[in-house]
Amino acid sequence: MTGTFVGMPKFPVAAHEALGNAQLRHNLAHATGTIRAKRQRLVDEVNENSDWEELRLSGAGVKESALRDLGNQLELLEASLTANGATVHWARDAAEANAIVASIAKSHDVDEVVKVKSMLTQEIGLNEALEAEGIAAWETDLAELIVQLGDDLPSHILVPAIHRNRAEIREIFLAKMGAVGRPAPDDLTDEPAVLAAAARAHLREKFLRAKVGVSGANFAVAETGTLVVVESEGNGRMCLTLPEVLISVVGIEKVVSTWDGLDPMLRLLPRSSTGERMNPYTSTWSGVTPGDGPQEVHVVLLDNGRTNALADEVGRQALRCIRCSACLNVCPVYERTGGHAYGSVYPGPIGAILNPLLKGPGSDDQVDSLPYASSLCGACFEVCPVLIDIPSVLVDLRAQVVDAHRGGVPSVEELAFKGAAVALSDSRKLGLGERFTGIGLRVARRFGASKWTSARDLPPAPRESFRAWWKRTDGGRK
Amino acid sequence: MRVALMVTCINDALYPGTGQAVVTLLRRLGVDVEFPASQTCCAQPMVNTGYLDEAVPVVRNFVDAFAGYDAVVTPSGSCAGCVRHQHSIVARRSGDAALATAVAETSPKVYELSEFLVDVLGVTDVGAYYPHTVTYHPTCHSLRMLGVGERPRRLLEKVRGITLLELEGADQCCGFGGTFAVKNADTSVAMGADKARQVRDTGAEVLVAGDNSCLTHIGGLLSREQSGVRSVHLAEILASTEGAVLGVTR
Repeated sequence: MTGTFVGMPKFPVAAHEALGNAQLRHNLAHATGTIRAKRQRLVDEVNENSDWEELRLSGAGVKESALRDLGNQLELLEASLTANGATVHWARDAAEANAIVASIAKSHDVDEVVKVKSMLTQEIGLNEALEAEGIAAWETDLAELIVQLGDDLPSHILVPAIHRNRAEIREIFLAKMGAVGRPAPDDLTDEPAVLAAAARAHLREKFLRAKVGVSGANFAVAETGTLVVVESEGNGRMCLTLPEVLISVVGIEKVVSTWDGLDPMLRLLPRSSTGERMNPYTSTWSGVTPGDGPQEVHVVLLDNGRTNALADEVGRQALRCIRCSACLNVCPVYERTGGHAYGSVYPGPIGAILNPLLKGPGSDDQVDSLPYASSLCGACFEVCPVLIDIPSVLVDLRAQVVDAHRGGVPSVEELAFKGAAVALSDSRKLGLGERFTGIGLRVARRFGASKWTSARDLPPAPRESFRAWWKRTDGGRK
Repeated sequence: MRVALMVTCINDALYPGTGQAVVTLLRRLGVDVEFPASQTCCAQPMVNTGYLDEAVPVVRNFVDAFAGYDAVVTPSGSCAGCVRHQHSIVARRSGDAALATAVAETSPKVYELSEFLVDVLGVTDVGAYYPHTVTYHPTCHSLRMLGVGERPRRLLEKVRGITLLELEGADQCCGFGGTFAVKNADTSVAMGADKARQVRDTGAEVLVAGDNSCLTHIGGLLSREQSGVRSVHLAEILASTEGAVLGVTR
């Protein structure tokens, strides 16, 4: 049902197309600007009585200490979950995780599951894998429903339909809802409350019918064997409590050691993501509670490249990410191109590092283009609630991309930089004096003057370089 | 105090007037600045494009050129950021302990111009005169890598004759980003077009910033649009006096 990111072009190509979409540019500038302002107000509010920077340090510390002890923490989590009556499964990659979920669903003889919004199940293509097994996976988050009904792709971590406006959503509901359940009313308008009511009625019958629910988790507490889902709409609460069977697919980096560790995380996450002091629904469950909620609880702990990322000395900090999307909302590149250009369920600055870290630099041209999809302005690092130094990771990944391509026939770019390295390692090799003049312009031309001059004038070359002037005038004294 | 000017490769080749303005300004403030002629480039283009091996000889040249100075002043937040935050990465890559030591010695002595004026010399009124309406764009690396904060603004506020106009969305990137400007030219121009519009909306005659790389990008767009807005480096405004107003013809 939902589209796929497989076969997406490299970032500059995809961005070119997105930039030409005036409606998209307008929607994104408006939406990200609004969320940015809300977040900033709350950060300022925290700073009135305490210290946002202290909170960030504390949140980063909770994640970092768990990641540095990941093997032990995961075994603790497994033991706690098992003691609480949950069944723990381990999956190395997407295929293993999808097969586990499908086999559990099939063992209950169902042809549908209801889903809580989950980035990880999108990362592994769970819906498509279940569909191939004859099992329909219904997204129940409003925005994910819009994306799913529209055969579309998510373009934002938190607000996956951020690229759609309400007129488009009305069209999608009218055209598509009827084929998969309760249709939208004929008199549907594009009023947000009316659209939400249509989605509510459509989803309600799915919630009440489904025997199996599928979720991810925002956090997994090792000490208590507790999974946590943070959401706004309450659809997650429905999926987590109504079905008889609950399957949660959880990335191994979601573990926090103790219940107390949730304290800073639950303060940082809503403020950084939706710009709220507190999100409306926080669900926690620790295995099976007799007579209350799902009586069969499965937890699939998934790697899918995370141990590769953990082995990356600079990049491992990306595993602290709590998927708040503050970095998307402040990113000037994301604001212009939108999320689809990144070719992944993880767009924006975090996607530009997470995708290469999970998949490995040098494995794929599209993935290799992502670390370059940034002007390195640093706005992402400034807002990250868990202090991920995204610009530094981007620069390190660029070096890994270049290194992965060394040894073959050198590219024009590689030759240019090798030449520049020789010229710039000794001022005498530059020919000193006047000959230095204009080297910047020559370098610019070598990298493609047309790419510069198609929209920007080049500055005129000066009569003489600074060093020529200094030499001629003895530093202006003559 | 022995003070060296790190003019940067872009200023050396394209904006000698900015280097000359720093010399004029520092001499006026009693600093006999030297220009180590063996300097070339900070290596940022290599580092930020991923060519770390190619950056090694450039960083080696840098530490040789600036060894022995008490302070190194540069009219570029971006280049200062590279030296202070990235030279150690290059040194580690080289595996050369001597280079790492030299980098650790040199890097902390490198100051962006406004830092040097405010923090080292302790001045905000540099005796400048600039009778124009000006809007200030804080460049990303000076703002977020170095944390220069309000220093450039404090210097500008003390300039006689100047009218400072607020730039909307000032802290958002202009889209230059080094090789980003050509590798992702479409996105770079889209970002720059918004910045250029915001600059025009201020009604200022002059756009000022502490980095000529960013000004080349925004100025290139403003020039293509025949907006009539000049882009001028901070150093040129601070060096201007009643006798010689700089950056008028750029």
